[in-house]
Amino acid sequence: MTELRGLYTLWLREVKRYLRDRVRIVSSFVQPLLWLVVFGTGIGAALSSGFQIADVSYQTLIFPGIVAQTLLFTAMFMGISVIWDREFGFLKEILVAPVSRFTLFLGKMFGDSTDAMIQGVIVFGIALALGIGFSWQAFLICLPLMLLITIGLVSVGLIIASFMGSLESFGAIQSFINLPLFFLSGALFPINRPGTPQWLQVASQANPLTYGVDALKSVILGNAYAPLQLQPLWVDLAVVGGFDLAMIAIGTWAFSRMK
Amino acid sequence: MTHIIETHQLTRKFNGLTAVDNLDITVESGEIFGFLGPNGAGKTTTINMLCTILKPTSGYAKVNGFDIVKDAMNVRRSIGIVFQDPSIDDRLTGRENLYMHANLYGVPPSEQRERIDRILKLVELDDRADDLMRTYSGGMRRRLELGRGLIHYPKVLFLDEPTVGLDPQTRDHIWRYIKELKEAHDITVVLTTHYMDEADRLSDRIGIIDHGKLIALDTPSKLKDTLEGDVITIKAPKIDELSALLAEKLGLTQSRIIDGALEITVKGGKSVMPRVMEATTCNGFFIDSIQLREPNLEDVFLHYTGKNIRADSARELHGFAAIQRRKIR
Repeated sequence: MTELRGLYTLWLREVKRYLRDRVRIVSSFVQPLLWLVVFGTGIGAALSSGFQIADVSYQTLIFPGIVAQTLLFTAMFMGISVIWDREFGFLKEILVAPVSRFTLFLGKMFGDSTDAMIQGVIVFGIALALGIGFSWQAFLICLPLMLLITIGLVSVGLIIASFMGSLESFGAIQSFINLPLFFLSGALFPINRPGTPQWLQVASQANPLTYGVDALKSVILGNAYAPLQLQPLWVDLAVVGGFDLAMIAIGTWAFSRMK
Repeated sequence: MTHIIETHQLTRKFNGLTAVDNLDITVESGEIFGFLGPNGAGKTTTINMLCTILKPTSGYAKVNGFDIVKDAMNVRRSIGIVFQDPSIDDRLTGRENLYMHANLYGVPPSEQRERIDRILKLVELDDRADDLMRTYSGGMRRRLELGRGLIHYPKVLFLDEPTVGLDPQTRDHIWRYIKELKEAHDITVVLTTHYMDEADRLSDRIGIIDHGKLIALDTPSKLKDTLEGDVITIKAPKIDELSALLAEKLGLTQSRIIDGALEITVKGGKSVMPRVMEATTCNGFFIDSIQLREPNLEDVFLHYTGKNIRADSARELHGFAAIQRRKIR
């Protein structure tokens, strides 16, 4: 019971902090908007009939990928909040509390995941405003799906942060984690075309986010996505779920060695 | 009296450097125990071990009867801590910080509101309770942290340099709170400080620590009594020759030169002073100033360690942390 209340209070803290950060919430509209409107429209027009499927525009095709990208970037950023907590000294307060490290990890992880999911939902709102079509059913299915994808990503952020002493190496996360995972996830282009080089296919298949993107596209684009689908939905879910469990296990270990 | 804290040969090494060296102390239930020593003496390392943040390299310690390694969870439930550096969430309000602490420490929800209201009154922050912490001054944050450490009714409250970086008026305020909190909650307080006056004013007993070793342990007044006398401070040119002269003529050998001033420890300083004056002027020495005072803890520290406590280095660290904070925003 004490552990549960500890978990709740840590979750609540992360969500409150996020909701109070108005600048972050406003700026969270900008990136997906740029990707969808500028990048999506521009590339879509240039490719014209290239790999367009039936009546799906390029903009619509990358929309699930931009949802995944938002989850990825936010999750990593939130995960790094552990370093903030360390610099501000707040980390000590929770590390000496009579609460297990498993609970500490879960509390922060679910709190940050909630924040990332809110960002994901905002992207759906943007899509709606841009007239990118998706069904309400698809949106509802995407909610638990986004949580599943986010858990693993936030955990990776938390694990990295628990090993990092200061904010100085923060930029490296962007170059070494965020962008490679994003570019290799199939978010912007299909990765199983006949012309796709072998190395790109292998690298993408090794990327856990690829399966999250595949699942989001399967749900949002429906039948139109069938020719490009990498794996059946259940395989995607199994890979993402397995990744989540592994990261929670490593994260708990990483937190238990943190001082 | 029961021992609320006991350590046995408690030792902690960092990469071969011994920060705490075979420390044996007992803290009695209900006292304010002052841990005095220069920066880097091992005070914080000791506190961190007692708070279960650090594991000892060897030896063991018990807090409230629980072993700090084997029974860490129970130790954590028994203690409250105010760290040297701030450890509050400045994007939450004061009240939210207290609620979070209450939940982390398993305070029953039915009691939380009442306890938090009372604590907020005690530290006189009830009118600012719903403001974000980032709008609080340094002294207010400190008071909130003091109050926070008490919400779960700890048996022992650890205060690691509670007034470092605060202005004199706020320090005075904090001292008053610490005394009041101790009386109101009937708890044991373990305090580390490198401020002599702070240790003197607050502590029932003082342990002086240097290079990780305990070098003296007693009440402040008994520690001062061990010096057996008063301190005469003389400022003069040719201070070395003067020192030699006074040792030869008056047998004042208990002396040392600190920052160009001669400090002599004597019994019955009032009757020695005129003889010092006489001896100097008769032998053609000139004195800039001469001063007589009762010994303070600084002298005690000097007596045991042979050096002054370095009083200001912690403040710089505090300033650096403040700069870091601004950068992050």
